[in-house]
Amino acid sequence: MIEQKIRDIAKDLLAKKTVDLVIGFGEGTLPLRVTPRFIRNPEKVDRLVWNSFCENNLATYVHKLNRFKMALVVKGCDARSVTALSLEKRFQPGQIIMIGVPCQRMVDRRKVSRSVTGEILQAREEGDLIQVRGDGFEVSLKREDFLYSSCQACTRRNPTQADVMVGDPVEESPLKEAYHEVKDFEKMSPEERWKFFERETSRCIRCYACREVCPMCYCSECFVDSSNPKWIEKSFSPSDLQFYHIVRAYHQTGRCSGCGACERACPMEIRLGYLTQKLNQEVKDLYNFETGIDAEAPPPLSTFQIDDQQDFIK
Amino acid sequence: MKFRLDKKDFRSFLQGLIEPYELFAPVRLAEGVSAYQKIDHPEEVDLRQANPQKPAKDLFFPQSEVMFRYEKTGKQTSTIPAEEAKPERVLFGARPCDVEAISIIEKVFAGKENTDVYFLEKRRKTMIIGLGCNHPLSTCFCSSAGGDPFLRAGSDVFFIDLGEAYFVESLTEKGKVFQNNPFLREAGQKDLILVKELEERAFEKVGFSIPIDGIEKRLDLMTESAFWDRVHEPCIGCRICTYLCPTCHCFDIVDEGDSQKGQRVRNWDSCLSPLYSLETSGHNPRPTARERTRQRLMHKFNYYPKTFGQVACVGCGRCILYCPVHFDIRKAILWTSSKRPKVF
Repeated sequence: MIEQKIRDIAKDLLAKKTVDLVIGFGEGTLPLRVTPRFIRNPEKVDRLVWNSFCENNLATYVHKLNRFKMALVVKGCDARSVTALSLEKRFQPGQIIMIGVPCQRMVDRRKVSRSVTGEILQAREEGDLIQVRGDGFEVSLKREDFLYSSCQACTRRNPTQADVMVGDPVEESPLKEAYHEVKDFEKMSPEERWKFFERETSRCIRCYACREVCPMCYCSECFVDSSNPKWIEKSFSPSDLQFYHIVRAYHQTGRCSGCGACERACPMEIRLGYLTQKLNQEVKDLYNFETGIDAEAPPPLSTFQIDDQQDFIK
Repeated sequence: MKFRLDKKDFRSFLQGLIEPYELFAPVRLAEGVSAYQKIDHPEEVDLRQANPQKPAKDLFFPQSEVMFRYEKTGKQTSTIPAEEAKPERVLFGARPCDVEAISIIEKVFAGKENTDVYFLEKRRKTMIIGLGCNHPLSTCFCSSAGGDPFLRAGSDVFFIDLGEAYFVESLTEKGKVFQNNPFLREAGQKDLILVKELEERAFEKVGFSIPIDGIEKRLDLMTESAFWDRVHEPCIGCRICTYLCPTCHCFDIVDEGDSQKGQRVRNWDSCLSPLYSLETSGHNPRPTARERTRQRLMHKFNYYPKTFGQVACVGCGRCILYCPVHFDIRKAILWTSSKRPKVF
């Protein structure tokens, strides 16, 4: 069982003092939720769990706890973020141990909650089903109908570059075509696209959760926080909100693993994942590069070669 | 005075509020996302969500508010007040937790020495119509925090959903305007019995399980506790819990514009942001999430109660529901009450 294997590996790493701490997932206080769990004591590894609600990308803790040697439990997308961070030299060689788990695709807790009337008080996974119970109802839902949209088109469920692998690799069989959200977006007329973007950004409350959960957002001073120079005002004019979201996406070019953490974190459920998806698609088409797969290939936007294409400079 | 409003008359009743007042109520922005907004048509009001993401404090202490504008002509700089006189307003559909939270903020903004005109003006001009909570969520702990799902305090009028009708209770001078409202009939004995039943059921559901009593004293002894070294660890430093908190009231004042023309704005601030306590010198007295998390919990459960005699938490559960890493404030409260504060 995957959960037990994660615990065994964690116990071994801590007992041998290979790492100071293991960051994995622990049970939440609400159904359908888990919480990042920080384990230092090898006797406490049984607090680690594995299920379809392990939605967080733990690579974001690489910066937040950068003085430790740590092991991270990673899915395919999370492993890609760690590799991308390694290429950007965000940690010392050997500082991060990746415990890779082939991902079963994560379940969108909000979708599940909305499929029933009343509050879900208990949930458990049984094979391909999620059993949920509340006051006066009990239903069995098909897991596959409730996956995060970022997980549906995933072609990298098996963590690459992981130091230890847990369980057998899964078949890379996307349930939806790659970049499907971009394609849906591109079907709209320019007016409709603008309306969509305007409507989504208008809900922003500038909590910056999308920035904080993102492993690739680690600037010591984010452009929105800089007062000299001041790139952006701090209040709520539509143009400032739009500017923030465009620049946040732009900074991810060639760096985003498509984990979807930004959308999952948003309390206002702003759907702008298509922006980073589009950039991922462009980088793939132009440079045949996908973030965090090859541990040696430098990200295209932070490298220069004399024979680079230059025909766009007129 | 106790009335009954049949649901078929609900929209007409609201229409009657739109004409003399500016009406604010929950509106759906997207599936699962709602907000208190100005209502132009009664059908915009949407009460499906227990609580909108942003609390009702946003109507009294907006997330962003222009304090005044300035303009320079020649060598003379003149300031222009930003607010025109606003009409009387009605806030409809706020739950008791949100209403109680407005009183908590008011204690700060209506201080003995300094008063906040921006907040108080809006508060004075607003009639609050509260709405009882028939179905508290599992994340609700208002009773432990000194409130309850049907707490009337703070509301001028109080609504309770009886299914076919609303039970309407007028509580204050302001609320007396409904005395001769054409859509309200006197509540009957049956209505009163149903109200009692609904109240009892909700009280039972929400319970008293969170040990908030005495937390101020417990925290007094914990300033340098090892508890803080661990409790913050999952926190990624976003501002969701503070922005969506109905009682958090920290703000930041900025000038927007240039030396010729511009405006002074105040925006919500969050103690979980590194910028919050960053000093001009570059020194930050709260350099890590440890100190910031401590500030958040200490302000709610130690500093505020010391000054005002009650905790600055109403148990609405928003910070639990919306935290991206599922930090549960109830667990933090529980840990403070164990003999040796547990650290994971």
